[in-house]
Amino acid sequence: MAAETEDLTAKYEAVIGLEVHVQLATRTKIFCACATSFGAPANTNVCPVCLGLPGALPVLNRAAVEMAVRASLGLHCRVNPVSRFARKNYFYPDLPKGYQISQYDEPLAEHGWVEVAAAGGGAKRIGVTRVHLEDDAGKSIHDGFRDSADYTYVDLNRAGTPLIEIVSEPDIRTPDEAYAYLTALKETMQFLGVSECDMEKGQLRCDANVSIRPRGETKLGTKAEVKNLNSFRFARLAIEYEIARQARVLTSGGRLVQETRLYNSETGETASMRSKEHAHDYRYFPEPDLAPVRISAAWLEEIRDAMPEPPAEKRARFIASYGLREYDAQVLTGSRELSDYFEAVVKACGDARLAANWVTGDLMGALDGKAIEESPVPAGRLGELCTLIAKGEISGKLAKEIFARMLETGDSPSVIMEREGLRQISDKGELDRIVNEVLAASAKQVEQYRAGKTAVIGYLVGQVMKATQGQADPAAVRELLQAKLAS
Amino acid sequence: MKISPEQAAMVADLANLDLTNEEMQRITHDLEEILTHMEALNRADTTGVEPMAQVLFDAAESPLLRADEPRPGIGVEGALLNAPLSGAGHFKVPKVIER
Amino acid sequence: MTAFPSEVASWTAAQIYSGLREKQISAAEIATAALAFAQAENPKTNAYLEFCGERAMATARTVDQQLAAGKDPGPLAGVPVAIKDVIMTRGVRSSCGSRLLERFVPPYDATAVERLERAGALLLGKTNCDEFAMGSSNENSAFGPVRNPHDPERVPGGSSGGSAACVAQGTAVVSLGSDTGGSIRQPASFCGVVGVTPTYGRVSRYGLAAFASSLDHIGPFGRSVHDAALVLQAIAGRDEHDATSSAAPVPDYLAALGRDVKGKRIGLPKEYFEGLPTETGDLIARGVETLKKLGCEVREISLPNTEYAVPCYYVIATAEASSNLARYDGVRYTIRARDANTLAAMYRATRGQGFGDECKRRIMLGTYVLSHGYYDAYYVKAQRVRSLIARDFAQAFENVDAIVAPVSPSPAFKLGEKTGDPMEMYLSDIYTITGDLAGVPCMSVPCGNTPAGLPVGMQIFTRHFDEAGMLELAAAFERAGVSG
Repeated sequence: MAAETEDLTAKYEAVIGLEVHVQLATRTKIFCACATSFGAPANTNVCPVCLGLPGALPVLNRAAVEMAVRASLGLHCRVNPVSRFARKNYFYPDLPKGYQISQYDEPLAEHGWVEVAAAGGGAKRIGVTRVHLEDDAGKSIHDGFRDSADYTYVDLNRAGTPLIEIVSEPDIRTPDEAYAYLTALKETMQFLGVSECDMEKGQLRCDANVSIRPRGETKLGTKAEVKNLNSFRFARLAIEYEIARQARVLTSGGRLVQETRLYNSETGETASMRSKEHAHDYRYFPEPDLAPVRISAAWLEEIRDAMPEPPAEKRARFIASYGLREYDAQVLTGSRELSDYFEAVVKACGDARLAANWVTGDLMGALDGKAIEESPVPAGRLGELCTLIAKGEISGKLAKEIFARMLETGDSPSVIMEREGLRQISDKGELDRIVNEVLAASAKQVEQYRAGKTAVIGYLVGQVMKATQGQADPAAVRELLQAKLAS
Repeated sequence: MKISPEQAAMVADLANLDLTNEEMQRITHDLEEILTHMEALNRADTTGVEPMAQVLFDAAESPLLRADEPRPGIGVEGALLNAPLSGAGHFKVPKVIER
Repeated sequence: MTAFPSEVASWTAAQIYSGLREKQISAAEIATAALAFAQAENPKTNAYLEFCGERAMATARTVDQQLAAGKDPGPLAGVPVAIKDVIMTRGVRSSCGSRLLERFVPPYDATAVERLERAGALLLGKTNCDEFAMGSSNENSAFGPVRNPHDPERVPGGSSGGSAACVAQGTAVVSLGSDTGGSIRQPASFCGVVGVTPTYGRVSRYGLAAFASSLDHIGPFGRSVHDAALVLQAIAGRDEHDATSSAAPVPDYLAALGRDVKGKRIGLPKEYFEGLPTETGDLIARGVETLKKLGCEVREISLPNTEYAVPCYYVIATAEASSNLARYDGVRYTIRARDANTLAAMYRATRGQGFGDECKRRIMLGTYVLSHGYYDAYYVKAQRVRSLIARDFAQAFENVDAIVAPVSPSPAFKLGEKTGDPMEMYLSDIYTITGDLAGVPCMSVPCGNTPAGLPVGMQIFTRHFDEAGMLELAAAFERAGVSG
């Protein structure tokens, strides 16, 4: 298979575009005041509007517009000052009005991009063609009920949830790039507070348009729309499969047909949906019940100012302003909460590199995969600890001990140090005395050291640390010992 | 203005309307007559004229946007009150064969 | 103290207003008498489909309590009102004249209904109409036609036939109807009552089962301009549930009613008078004479794009209707065809069996004009022509204050007379559809009867949001009476 794949890669270029639907994290639906909470009992978050009752009318949720604009800005799009809603007409049991209110000719935003790591190194921009607003359909449940063989059950709680549809340019060339694009998109939406993008909750859905063409050819090949991609991993696998499938068809002299295919995660294959006699005619026309969406320059600035920093920009800033390594910047922007935590620590202690080490090392090590929100040590407290280290009041080693206590008790460093008498001995006289005591009690080792076995200083340092119950700065102790042994 | 039986069938399909043969013939005939009349529109000179999709007056300048505050809905009883068939808090429809 | 008038059929809002406050009658007595009368007389016209006596009585009790406590029970307190069945009333079956909704009980009230009840009006019941407001004769109802109170062999007009008939008959004092292409004005003309179609967006559409969203209006019927104006006052104004409703302030319509109209400039669009049958033409001419005697300046104007109005309207209205009617699908709240084993079959059978002919015809036409390949030729073209028609009115109003015209080429025709030819029926809407296309306020005010005794209405159009000017003119005309 590997050899075959290499062969195909050489011969054909894949052209991939992704259509992603993201549920906006508003409290209410896009066109009515019903709550958007996930998991409510069936048909309990519904009203005449989202049920599509006779006489019901849509009224646009301001927060949905603001979040959609935020998302568009995070994707570097141009936000159109005027956009319009349009009706997309078709029948389905979970589509209460018999049409979806979407945007067609005049979407909210266009011409954006997402940056991903390119296959050969460096960065690549995947174009975002457009971002538009629309309402989500309800849920049709085909199994799990006693009579599911005969009936489909319909729950309209989800109907009317605000969605943005993000359409990429067909700039993606490999399954890995697709994965990277999706990851970057999700991260941006999370950082901006637009959506948690939890695919299991249906907050992010993805379809892929895949076609191939001989290398060097500019004309697009026949595309297949691949659906039922329930995770980024499956998306990558499905695209991989589809590219190979299309190549096999072409190399064996067959013809590809434009179709919709469903990915089956168990078999790892895509299969054609039974094709309809005619492609669906949605009969789009401007939505007469809603005024055009107008985003004034003033409103746009307001949204931009209030917007959280997108992840890519934040990483760049961490590297530039804090002097962090790219790797650390990457880790620390793993989530918005984590990056906020990190910056709070920096603010408290003033030493970004120190803060980075402690957060990425000791703290995240202790969390062991749990989210930063579950940290028993608040950022302010870790900041205190780092301040003490930065001022030289405690050694790194002592800090680790204190930190261990902080993890257990959640107390501040000063409280712990007070309670347990953990103090670095900064009194030179005191330290001197203890060092002398240890030297006096360790004649053998002193002799060995003076004889040239310098490594034995480690033992002496250890003894001093023991005598001070770890409350000495090992580096200072070593220095002192060396000085005394030298004389 | 002629409409072929195939065209008429496709339109009825899109509109999800079962029409008897008699109805199909009659409605197709009516449609042809009406559409012929509609062709008068072509005589109107609309160069440079914007389509008027809505009558909006001030609704466009002072658009009605809703605050993101939840309000109670009509509840599941209200939702299912008029349902021809329901069960376990859901609407029930005959099985969907394909989408 | 004079007794309260006993003839229910001629009650006016003003009589009820003073009768209640002078304790000549209670709201409960009004409700009881009005309901009894309506139920007894309804078989003559079939204007009502449903009575909601309990609801009327409940409001009446509230009104009486408020009066007893010295509180203001509202400007429409105790006034019996009927509501067209395309307008949603909570807990009261609202069928829209369709088999599909014959058992549908809405869980909410239309905003206009809410506002009427808050003003103290007594909801007597729901009136018959053409199915989903599609028709000009009320012969398209799934529950039998409505008969014109002036002549039971004739139609009352449509689609708000029931709402016009009950006011004419006296089984309601006022009523609400809806107008998309003339469905308030034409039945008002045929039944000899006042019917007002406000500016688009003046009255909230929330709760009006949509036919053509950019053309639909809710408006009042009354036996006098005053009573219709009273209703309009109560229901007009922005509604947070309707994004197309206007925030323009609502003036005091009643204050406008007594004013002198001397010097008002009236335009008569020549396109509306060419080929007008004399039976109607004569009466309108006499109406115009009255306006002249009132001191109005009358001149001929032109609305040159009138010839395109019918095709323009029918493309746009049916296109929007085809989409608005998609929700009637057997899934959530309509009846459902039995013996349909798959979803697809269920949809098709439910809608095929549930919709009447006129609805099916319009759905087919609307679907066709929106479909791929025809959208630009029909729908977009019609929207451009709509701009032209709106522009005609805007330009006319630069030189006149009101436009006066006939409502319909003929008075009420006989039942069954026009059901054979849909195009003929559509063409008779010629004078009313333009108002809906331009979104201007328009109304019909009685303008005498034909020699055969059939009422004919005169139509008045004014600028957007100048309902006050329109009502002012109508009231003055009404006071003066049609010239002999």
